[in-house]
Amino acid sequence: MRTILIIIRKEFKQIFRNRMMLPIIFIAPIVEMLVLVYAATMEVKHIDLLVVDSDQSVYSRQLISKLAGLKMYHVSVIPVAGREADARLLGNKADAVLEIPPKFEQSLVRGLNPVLQLRLDAVNGMAAGIINGYTRRIVMDFQRKWQMNFTATDTHGKIMRISVVPRYWYNSELNYKHYMLPGILVILVTIMGMFLSAINLVREKEIGTIEQINVTPIRRYHFIPGKLIPFWIIALGELAFGLTIGWILFRVPVRGSLLLLFGFTSVYLLSVMGIGLFLATIARTQQQLMFMFFFFMLTFLLMSGLFTPVESMPAWAQMVNRINPFAYFMRVIRMILLKGSGFRDILPEFTSISVYAVIMFSLAVWRYRKTT
Amino acid sequence: MSVDRQNSVAGSDPVVQVRNLTKRFGHFTAVNNLSFEIAKGEIFGLLGANGAGKTTLIKMLCGLSRPTAGMANVAGYNLITQPEMIKRRIGYMSQKFSLYEDLTVQENIRFFGGIYGLSKREAIDAGNIMIGRLGLEKMKNRLIGSLPLGWKQKIAFSVAILHHPGLIFLDEPTSGVDPVTRRQFWEMILETAGRGYTIIVTTHYMDEAEYCNRVAVMVEGNIAALDSPENLQRHYHVANMEDLFWKLTREINGSVTKSIQP
Repeated sequence: MRTILIIIRKEFKQIFRNRMMLPIIFIAPIVEMLVLVYAATMEVKHIDLLVVDSDQSVYSRQLISKLAGLKMYHVSVIPVAGREADARLLGNKADAVLEIPPKFEQSLVRGLNPVLQLRLDAVNGMAAGIINGYTRRIVMDFQRKWQMNFTATDTHGKIMRISVVPRYWYNSELNYKHYMLPGILVILVTIMGMFLSAINLVREKEIGTIEQINVTPIRRYHFIPGKLIPFWIIALGELAFGLTIGWILFRVPVRGSLLLLFGFTSVYLLSVMGIGLFLATIARTQQQLMFMFFFFMLTFLLMSGLFTPVESMPAWAQMVNRINPFAYFMRVIRMILLKGSGFRDILPEFTSISVYAVIMFSLAVWRYRKTT
Repeated sequence: MSVDRQNSVAGSDPVVQVRNLTKRFGHFTAVNNLSFEIAKGEIFGLLGANGAGKTTLIKMLCGLSRPTAGMANVAGYNLITQPEMIKRRIGYMSQKFSLYEDLTVQENIRFFGGIYGLSKREAIDAGNIMIGRLGLEKMKNRLIGSLPLGWKQKIAFSVAILHHPGLIFLDEPTSGVDPVTRRQFWEMILETAGRGYTIIVTTHYMDEAEYCNRVAVMVEGNIAALDSPENLQRHYHVANMEDLFWKLTREINGSVTKSIQP
């Protein structure tokens, strides 16, 4: 036990003597949260819409002004279809082209259903879908209001439609930032814990100081925890720091118990740090380690449900996610922060991650060799 | 040959006993079937070119590298079965400076003292004695990285004997330091040996061999000769160790030894 404390003290001295460390610990999270939370958003906020108004009527202008009156649309109008519209789509000058056909007004008044064409730049399919949804809703709304005005005197003729009113639970404003922020915290905490501790160990190999350690009677189940605990504490501190920043900047809700969140994170950290240290026992240089990390980080992160829901992934991917510690943490941190889930709700995840931690940690200790 | 008789030591129990020790890396044999003994209090020199197998041999004896074949007894313990017991009883100074450059002199002493199980009090006392002996009072709170190499090596040596190991391995301790510091370093070694420590030292400076009680000249993983420097010079009819080394390497290779560093 005393040996572990001696190593921990030495590590802390070295960590805080490293000029790069404090910026990494305190500046990086702020920048990551500011940049990533905004950049990783799926909301479509600015739509360049080109309207081809071939009708040039009162109604068509009403529709255009309705669109133009919305903050998210930036509308420009041209009178005839042709090269211009295509060129704008190709040049990324327009996200969508809405064509109002000739005789739009006439058809509407006569009760025929005029057909509007919406051409979308669907390179980013997700964004195109959202623009489509928005625009359709506005056009339909326009039609409904028009019908209501037109038929105001004839209430019997009005068609009552069944409408579904959605209620969004847990994130009622559909605030994407509140969804993304816990995900960013997962990345932050993971990088702090897994990368820093593993790189630290490989660095000792590179510099050669590990040899002086290996020639001492130090035991590996003292050495590995001694390497791990300082970064474990730093990573937990990082979570507290990140949550504070998230609360100050984005008012991210904390609906569940913080104690539960930190409890889960402590165990989670043991599992990823176990992976990191295990890889560090294999790698000979920091470069090798970085490449292994890129592989694991990218795979685990993309599959974890940071951007896309895990439930929509194919069955095999969901199977792979059983061994993806990021996925457990991603799910649990959102459950606790956004939904206020309690210990019983996260018990399955808690059990899995505990088993995971024990296995990875043991593997790291087992794989560490004092003799080559 | 009379030289072979010198492989075993008469009198007290040997501190190091090596039997048929071999290390192979793939097809390359770094250490080839060596057998020798080292007596308590001896300064035992391992001489040889780069790649002759000196470092590999030392690393095996310290428990840093697992032998491919053979066995050895070091500081009273079996190298194959009890390497961790050996580690309590030996001090080791690597070829490459390997104390923590981002810790101060005193912090390094406390850290390694603590790792070897010295109490805080013992570590502080041992550190103070060492700092006093080296005249480092003014530098004890400086980062080791900021000190000149000569000082670093002296500190590394002192840290290696902090826990009074009795048997010390020094792997090219004087490579890269100036002649004055080299001389001072050897004075430290001789003084330490005078206090009853056994010292195994590798070098490729032939003049340093003169300080050793016995010298093993290594050529391509083999011990080409082993005896006291005087006996060796007399036996091979050479005037100094330099000439002896040339004679032995030529005898075995017909040319200069190849430089292979595993």
